[in-house]
Formats: sequence, C-alpha cells, structure tokens
Amino acid sequence: MLRDITIGQYFPGDSVIHRLDPRFKLIITFIYIIMLFAGDRFICLGVGAVFTLIAIFLSRIPLKMFVKSVKPLLPFLLITAILNLFFVTSGDILFKWKFIKITDEAVSISIFMFVRIMLLIMGSSLLTYTTSPITLTDAIERLLSPLKKIKVPVHELAMMMSIALRFIPTLIEETDKIMSAQKARGAEIDSGSFMTRAKNMISILVPLFISSFRRADELATAMECRCYRGGEGRTRLRQLKSAPRDYIALAIAIVFWVINIIIG
Amino acid sequence: MAILETQELTYVYSQGSPFQKTAVDHVNLKIDEGEMVGVMGHTGSGKSTLIQHFNGLLRPTSGKVLLDGEDIWADKNKIRDVRFKVGLVFQYPEYQIFEETVYKDIAFGPKNMGLDEAEIKRRILETAHDLGLKEELLERSPFELSGGQKRRVAIAGVMAMNPRVLILDEPTAGLDPAGRDKILGHIKNYHERTKNTILIVSHSMEDIAGFADKILVMNKAKLFCYDETEKVFARADEISQIGLDVPQITKVFMKLKEQGLDFGKDVYTMDYAKKLLLKKLAERGGV
Repeated sequence: MLRDITIGQYFPGDSVIHRLDPRFKLIITFIYIIMLFAGDRFICLGVGAVFTLIAIFLSRIPLKMFVKSVKPLLPFLLITAILNLFFVTSGDILFKWKFIKITDEAVSISIFMFVRIMLLIMGSSLLTYTTSPITLTDAIERLLSPLKKIKVPVHELAMMMSIALRFIPTLIEETDKIMSAQKARGAEIDSGSFMTRAKNMISILVPLFISSFRRADELATAMECRCYRGGEGRTRLRQLKSAPRDYIALAIAIVFWVINIIIG
Repeated sequence: MAILETQELTYVYSQGSPFQKTAVDHVNLKIDEGEMVGVMGHTGSGKSTLIQHFNGLLRPTSGKVLLDGEDIWADKNKIRDVRFKVGLVFQYPEYQIFEETVYKDIAFGPKNMGLDEAEIKRRILETAHDLGLKEELLERSPFELSGGQKRRVAIAGVMAMNPRVLILDEPTAGLDPAGRDKILGHIKNYHERTKNTILIVSHSMEDIAGFADKILVMNKAKLFCYDETEKVFARADEISQIGLDVPQITKVFMKLKEQGLDFGKDVYTMDYAKKLLLKKLAERGGV
C-alpha cells in the first residue's frame, strides 16, 4: 500500500529531460505553474497539456507513472471539484433540487480546476521523476543564493530539505515494517472499527518517532565526524553547468508562455 | 501431520511495474508439528518474503498456504486468527516496542487476542521466565533496557501469544556472541517446554546447526532444499557455492577430507568434532 506512493520518487534515466540543468528545470517548472494559473480559459490549459505531454514523451517515463502520481491526491481533487460544483452560483441553472443548485458555470469551473490541478501534479512529478533529490536541492540552493545577502540561511534550508527528501523512502519502508510487526501481533490496522484503528495507530507512531529521533541523532554525529560546519567555504562534488540545450528548453517554455498569454 | 504447507507458492513484488521481481517462485514444502526448522538463504533469496506468507501478512500472487490443511486465505476475515496461530518475530524486533512498561508491551498481542487479565498475566510471567527476564523488569520502561533485553522483551511479546508456530527472523542479528547464545538458549528452552513448531531464519549455519531438526535453504527465490540437518550439511560444498556460510568447523573437516583424513561423516558442531577427534586419537593410541 505505502509502496505505491510515487510523489518525490526519482526514476534514473538518460533522456534529454534528465540531462537538463536542474536550475533550468526548476525555472521552467515555475513558468509552467504560472502558465497554468494565469489563464482562465480552457484553451490555456490545452497549451499546458500539450507542453506537459511533449515533456513526458521526451522523458521516456511511462505515462502510467504519472497516472499513479495523481492517484493518491484524487480524493482531494474530487472534493474540490464537488465543492466548486455546489458553491458556484453564477450562470444558468442546469439542475435544481430543494436548496441544491448546479449552474453551467459551476460545472465548467469544477472541470477546469480539476484539470488544472491534475496538470500541476503531473508537471511537478515530471520534475521530481527526472531530477535526483540531491541535484534538485543543489539547484534550489544556487537559485536562492542571492538571498544570503539578506541573511536568509539558504544553505541550511537546502540541507534540511535534502535530508528530509532523502529520508522519505526510509520512513516509508520503516512504517511498512512496523505496521507488519504490529499486525503480526494482532493489531487491527486495515480492518476493525475506526476507534480500534485509531488506537492501534499509536503502536505505529511511537516506534516511528523513536526511530526517527535515533536516526537524526546518528546522522548529526556522522555529519560532525566528517567535519560538517555549515555552508561557508564548502565546495561541491557536482558543479552545475549549463549547456546550449538548457537555453533552448527555456526558450521553448517561454514561447509556450507567450502563446498562452496571447490566446488567454 | 503437517501443520504448515505451501503449494506452488509464488509471490511477485510490484507486478507490472519496471521494478517487478519474483521473490518466491513455486515453493512446495510441508512443515511438521513440533519441529525446529532452520531457514537459511542469502540476502534477497526470498526467505523473509516466504515467512511473511505463513501468517498471512503477504498474500500469494499464486499458489496456496495451508495451516492445518486449510487454505489461510479461504476466508479473508479470518486472517487475524491465523496471525494468532502463527507468530512472527521480525528482524530487530526491539524497534516495534511502544508501551510505557515492559509488561504492557508484552501484553499487547495477548490483549488483541481478547484474553482475560488473569490469563494475560500468567502468560507474561511464563514467557518472561522462559526468556530470562526478571520480574522486576516488567514494571520498567522498555526504553531504559539494554539492547539484548529489549530484544528479549520484543520476542516475549510474540511468544506470550503462544502461537502454535513461532517464526523468528534473524533473532540474533546485531548481538554479540554471548547475547546470541543466550537468546538461542532461551528459544530452545521455550521449544522444549511448549513443543510448538519453531522456524528460525538465519544466514549463518553456525547459529542453527546445533539444534535445528530440519533445514530449509532458499536460493534465488526457489526452494533449494528442505531436509534433515545432517542431510543438508552433507551437501556443504553445494551450500557454500550458493554463497552461504557453512560453520567454521565444517570447513576445517572438509579441508581435512581433501588432505586425506576422512572421518566419513559431516561435522557441524564443536561437540561432535571433539568427540570424533578424540576417538581418532584414541584409535591411534595417541591419548
């Protein structure tokens, strides 16, 4: 069950998208998000969808993986859509029953929002699927480095983020293991009433917290043993270098953005 | 009468994804009631996956697991009862401890079974005794105990459910030799008292050579062999070929055989080696 969570997972590969400079990929993703949220006509989303599909095709990651990335968030998407359906009251009434009114505008807005968020998830999944967490945080650190001048602890934030990302799979695995162990002792986690399930969550959360604290402590010691003293004067193993293809990719993204602005 | 049986048991991880992997491949075996079985295999040989089928934590991709001749998945709602009959102690079980006192933590399993307080107390005292946990430890927080003690508390948590089959996944992993012998000794005592079936997973033969009746070897998701301990050790060279460690003493005797000193038997415990050597020396009139 937990193994099916794919958000934030990296799929190693050697496609054009994989090889793009992560800084550019981040900037392009931002442009993409702005693009999705700026336009409020369906055609704008269409442009976004075309852009996403091209990128997915180039990344050579099976489309199925993207469907999977949307799946865990589907309930929230559906709730948003349903709320929009009932609470948007402008437009012509299509359906009326007692106090419930559904208008044509409500229908179009819920579909619009649904598609918009789905594209957003797919686009950002593409970023994490094709960029390893470490390079991604490197890129964030580099992009935010101007903020150091106003005393924002950019390096520390980036380090925290890479540690957090690094431990997501470990935590998932750990949770899985503890769940199995407690199930073997007869804990009802997948079955049973809501109350017993909630009570049994304690038997999972306590060991999980304890092992997280232990792991954090061990990690801190290991880092200190290797003389980690924060970002000052720290050199890096991987230097980020931009190539012509990065500028081309950025140019393409900007072209899409401009098209979006013109038709929107 | 076989208490546990598998028929063409197969399990495939992440079926249909790029990470698809067959972890258990058409395994057929029968485990008899009251036996002490050693389960061996290299990392990734499928032994951990196999044992998680025995108490229904994993559902076979195909094939069956039979407990007392009945398919454990015949009624999905009864799978919890299977877990009370087949107890599973995971690797590093001390990481599953969560209660405030040792007593409460051991009581978690029996409570889930719906036993009454008196019975729970009786069982806890019994298993604590089996595992050499002193009574005054029971009211302490499990988190102040030593590593070896924590391990025993966690094992007691499953033992107190008094499962007919007890499966332990590497119960001695990460312990020093003294702690290892202690735990194995306690498990042996428990086996003698209850006569329950026990499966011990280990990658070292040294651990289980001494007291397992039978040994089950997994290799590359397949059942490599399942036979009486002596017969398995007779194939020591094949076993070392699939990357498993045979006991040091067996290696010594294999080398001796190569050099022409054949004892005609396979040796896998120190006591037996001593006996054979002394006998040989006596024959030569050396002692």
